Amino acid sequence: MRAASASGVWGFWFDVVRNLFGWFRLVGREFRTRRGRFLVTSLPMLWLALFFLVPFLIVLKISFSQAVFGQVPPYTALVEHAADGAVSLRLHASNYAMLLSDPLYVSAYLKSLLFASVSTGFCLLLGYPIAYGIARARPSMRLVLLVLVVLPFWTSSLLRTYALMGILKANGLLGQVLSAIALVEPGWGILYSDAAVYVGIVYNYLPFMILPLTATLMRLDFTLLEAAEDLGAKPWHAFMRITLPLSMPGIIAGALLVFIPAVGEFVIPDILGGPDALTIGRVLWIEFFTNRDWPLAAAVTIAMLVLIVAPTLLFEYVENRRADQEAANT
Amino acid sequence: MNRRPFALYTAMLAGYAFLYIPIFSVIAYSFNASRVSTVWGGFSLRWYGELLANQQLLDAVQRSFLIAAITATAAVALGTASGLALSRFGRFPGRGLLSLMNSAPMVMPDVMIGLSSLLLFVTLQQAFDWPDRGMTTITLAHITLTACYVTVVVRSRMTSMDESLEEAAMDLGARPWRVFFVITLPLIAPALLAGWLLAFTLSLDDLVIASFTSGPGSSTLPMVVYSKVKLGVTPEINALATIIVVAVALGVSLAGIAMHRRDREAD
Repeated sequence: MRAASASGVWGFWFDVVRNLFGWFRLVGREFRTRRGRFLVTSLPMLWLALFFLVPFLIVLKISFSQAVFGQVPPYTALVEHAADGAVSLRLHASNYAMLLSDPLYVSAYLKSLLFASVSTGFCLLLGYPIAYGIARARPSMRLVLLVLVVLPFWTSSLLRTYALMGILKANGLLGQVLSAIALVEPGWGILYSDAAVYVGIVYNYLPFMILPLTATLMRLDFTLLEAAEDLGAKPWHAFMRITLPLSMPGIIAGALLVFIPAVGEFVIPDILGGPDALTIGRVLWIEFFTNRDWPLAAAVTIAMLVLIVAPTLLFEYVENRRADQEAANT
Repeated sequence: MNRRPFALYTAMLAGYAFLYIPIFSVIAYSFNASRVSTVWGGFSLRWYGELLANQQLLDAVQRSFLIAAITATAAVALGTASGLALSRFGRFPGRGLLSLMNSAPMVMPDVMIGLSSLLLFVTLQQAFDWPDRGMTTITLAHITLTACYVTVVVRSRMTSMDESLEEAAMDLGARPWRVFFVITLPLIAPALLAGWLLAFTLSLDDLVIASFTSGPGSSTLPMVVYSKVKLGVTPEINALATIIVVAVALGVSLAGIAMHRRDREAD
């Protein structure tokens, strides 16, 4: 009896294994044909379509509905089935009208652009010398310097932003140092101000500026500079005429890597900025979590898609095309 | 060029100081006995003790690590498939769409991804009663975002890699499936590891997407930290930040030493 049941169990596992091998053989056969490739491409395709494209269609749909409080989910249905079986479609453009008429949203958008562009400029000013120094350093030293730049990136950005709070707050480290040399009054601090947001963005995104700059500068042919010097160019002149133009690809890449995430940044303005440091990301967060107005938050998302993401993707596309053409020409 | 300009060194020093002073100040404050961080109250391990006694925080740590591990593993699988398709398959229908869907999430602010993922999950739940908002939904949203980063890493490795090994194996009669596992996979293994670590870190660090897609009782570590930080400077967070910084520094140094040693052996 026991033997019979054991053979039953073994028989079951034998079938499982055999079927598994059969399945592997089937998959293997698939991969020998063009359909194998189809399998490899369709998996990420389906995943991204379901979890990335479809959500934006839903966002678009909900941005045309109206908020209803006290129900789940808190918005009206677009398509209504009346009692007599008639189906009616009701689109509310009121959310978009709100975005245009209330100056809060336009000013939040402009403020985000201001924060991002000024911070990108400061990242470039601070990052360029570092990248230049790394590119000109001895190879062994170069590795250490690069690791030191990347290391903070692997720690949490939330915790790094928090670390700035202790420095920037009233009577914080910066305030204590500056008041000790009598530059400011005791109790001075810039936490919860626009200045703190600038410091926070530059602090968080500096590595993203340094890395592409270093990569470009390392490829730069420094004998060009020696040639310019031999021909009598002043160092500053040589820098402006040779180094800077040749490092332009790195500058553009670094600026994009800083500017794009900085525009939609939520954590830094929320933690370091004051109540008036309203960026577009913060507005979306407040509409969703504080006001619980999902349709308006959806409309803000669509506006960001059109005003921030679409131009970025277009710019990247044009840049890539240009780079490809240049590569093809040379 | 032997003249090392003094100004360059000063600027570099200022840059590195800017990067590291906040980190070192947090480490110093984590050993401060005083609750008020502006006053030095003597050396103490008190905040580490309170950190380890904080069950809410420890639960969040466990949750975050689980989410990050599942996310990274799935993201590497998806990202490798995308990277393989985009770098090796030439032209195929939908290539542009796949490329767009892989680059768009990286230029998209977190708040947008968070909100859109949440609205998808709400819609799915209304229609199919699945998924419940919580760790599942956070993980699904994280996989979608981090897979795109893995794709970039794998794709750049594949395009810089010599294709002739794969072609030789194919000429010798190996099946594509076998070529992938015997030739391609070992060659891109470093990229896969880098992609896994990147996805793990991104998932572990994410506050915004997790806040949108989480449900009751599934707060991740960044969410707990955020709720504490909003109340001001908290000494336990100093201790937590110190532990993370030390762990990361150790990991990166060990990896650096291992790579250095391997390079030397290769020479």
